[in-house]
Amino acid sequence: MKATCWYGACDVRVETVPDPKILNPRDAIVKISSTAICGSDLHLYNGHIPSMAAGDILGHEFMGQIVEVGSAVKNLKVGDRVVVPFPIACGNCYFCKEELYSLCENSNPNAWMAEKLWGHSPCGIFGYSHLTGGYAGGQAEYARVPFADVGPLKIENALTDEQVLFLSDILPTGWMAAENCNIKAGDTVAVWGCGPVGQFAIKSAFLLGAERVIAIDRFPERLRMARDQGGAEVMNYEQVNVLDALKDMTGGRGPDACIDAVAMEAHSHGVMGAYDKVKQLTRLESDRPAALRQAIMACRNGGIVSIPGVYGGFVDKFPLGSLMNRSLTIKTGQTHVHRYMRPLLERIERGEIDPGFVITHRMRLDDAPQGYAMLRNKEHDCIKVVLKP
Amino acid sequence: MEDSMQESQQGLPPSLRGSNRAEPRVVRSGRRSANDGGGNGTQPERLASSVADSLKNIDEKRLAQALGWFRVALGVAEVMAPRQLGKAIGFDRHPGFMRAVGLREIASGIGIITQPQQPERLWSRVAGDAVDLALLGVAINSGRSHRGRLVAATAAVAGVAALDIYCNRQLSRHGASGSDSGSQQPLRERVTVTASPEECYRLWRNVESFPRFMRYVESVQETGGGQSHWRVKAPGGTTVEWDSKITADETNRMLAWESLPGAAIDNRGCVRFEPAPGGRGTIVSVEMSYAPPAGRTGTIAAKLTGEEPQQRVHDDLRRFKQLIETGEIPTTEGQPAGRRGAVLSLLWKRRVE
Repeated sequence: MKATCWYGACDVRVETVPDPKILNPRDAIVKISSTAICGSDLHLYNGHIPSMAAGDILGHEFMGQIVEVGSAVKNLKVGDRVVVPFPIACGNCYFCKEELYSLCENSNPNAWMAEKLWGHSPCGIFGYSHLTGGYAGGQAEYARVPFADVGPLKIENALTDEQVLFLSDILPTGWMAAENCNIKAGDTVAVWGCGPVGQFAIKSAFLLGAERVIAIDRFPERLRMARDQGGAEVMNYEQVNVLDALKDMTGGRGPDACIDAVAMEAHSHGVMGAYDKVKQLTRLESDRPAALRQAIMACRNGGIVSIPGVYGGFVDKFPLGSLMNRSLTIKTGQTHVHRYMRPLLERIERGEIDPGFVITHRMRLDDAPQGYAMLRNKEHDCIKVVLKP
Repeated sequence: MEDSMQESQQGLPPSLRGSNRAEPRVVRSGRRSANDGGGNGTQPERLASSVADSLKNIDEKRLAQALGWFRVALGVAEVMAPRQLGKAIGFDRHPGFMRAVGLREIASGIGIITQPQQPERLWSRVAGDAVDLALLGVAINSGRSHRGRLVAATAAVAGVAALDIYCNRQLSRHGASGSDSGSQQPLRERVTVTASPEECYRLWRNVESFPRFMRYVESVQETGGGQSHWRVKAPGGTTVEWDSKITADETNRMLAWESLPGAAIDNRGCVRFEPAPGGRGTIVSVEMSYAPPAGRTGTIAAKLTGEEPQQRVHDDLRRFKQLIETGEIPTTEGQPAGRRGAVLSLLWKRRVE
């Protein structure tokens, strides 16, 4: 089969590799009909997530048809159309039972590696470095899905791939980011980063009852989408002082909740921007937390900072004093996708959200390398790339 | 049954008895006496031994502390008054250099004072002494300094170095840290399993099922009378075999084992099954001690090749949990990948799936 393989920083290739096989009784094999490049794939593409190996198959947003099931999978049959959640979860352990699926204790075969870097291990994730299991990903023609009796969501209606594909990651991720804000009537939520997760966080915040959502980015096409599709007030951080502007817009108090949908490769200006760039390049810090710093400083006293953006290792100049003295709460985590798939599917069915609006480019799987480069460089107003095997 | 169990536990070291929850202790065998090895040691070691005779009554830890403070004081003097000190030892041409040496002295001294239990700190002092001696040697031969004073200074440094070596050896022997070859290496691992103690005990009592979750165990065969025969993968693609017997068996609570005399890897241990608080399953704890085949060297070699026993037991316990909770052991062995480089595939085979 053809698969998108990682070979180093800014080097992905579509290669011919062996087809996946059933390895465990609870596995299934999916023939992929649609798959996408995630903003978080760019952290791998840019070489900032440790423990990638040449030849690793990328991709954690995919859906398709079941073509084979293991002996212990009873709820799926060949021919079923499914969306696969990006975290791999067993459904049996303490955390799965608490619906904290991305903390599954059993699904990461390389838990020892994550324990060394992070203290404890989270779940395994498709195509997202050996720290989270080294599972072959879904930017391919086929994928093996472990614990297939727990994860994949059956789609039994006429919704198109583009309407349901993002249940695999970014729609639940934007939703959980907003849910973590504990939104009450009258609340103002500020969202850093208007990529697909930011767009869905804006939508979700309104659906969860936010009075106002303020979106921050620097790319006009992304700000336009946040305004036109999401109904957010928008702010270009290259043109205004974000902290001052947010104070102005919120009666001097600051947003009730702040969402960092930018993550570990935040772009920023000035001395701190250069500082982070140098430290990351020299491996003295693994992540550039510019957006997170700003989100913390901007948040109102006693507010919530929600972090759906992916961080990998260690950051520098973290404003812990601001966090502590002003009673802020941080809520974060890889998304517990399994928990949100069904309720969000129902919202899609009811027409409350049509997630397809974030797609700007549709390409063949063979063109994945161009898709990566385009998304990385924000060429052609690229926001979301969907690949068709 | 109960009685015979209690009896069989008598043979276990205290830390491995069923009812005892004390921290495991290092069981030392073959510890050498404080003065052996002095006769065939190196030159500084012989000097150290003779100094040692006159220092019999000094507590090594206090000696280490004193040496640490001495080093700090010397360092401060070197930093604050490099010229005067240089004159005193007959080497006053490079005050900047003297200051640098002083800073190293202070750092080394503080290290010893704050962490006297770590022989590495003391060995760093010995290394520092060696550097000093080398530098003094260069200065003596350069002919541009006061040779008599330099020789005196060299003798003083050599004396301090001898004290350092003596102190360090004593601390290492008396178990401040590290261990001698031939000792039993203790280890302790635990995991919380979402299952009842009964289920956990049942899987562990069935020794022939061990290869399902113990990665390096090829086979275990029950040979009757609570005894079993083990075949285990060893570093370098070899296998080792031994016989083992169950020495204590409390249904649903604990199991203890011990290898029979003549085992390739002498080992003993116990596994306990205790209900986790709040009905959150079972805490499975393994305590074991083993004599690595090649003593301390073997342990280091195992660490370097990524086959350290502590990590093995840790990973095996996780696999035990995975097997009980999910009915399978998650893996990626056999999944597709793009072409990997030759070196990478070798490394990857060893530990990464």
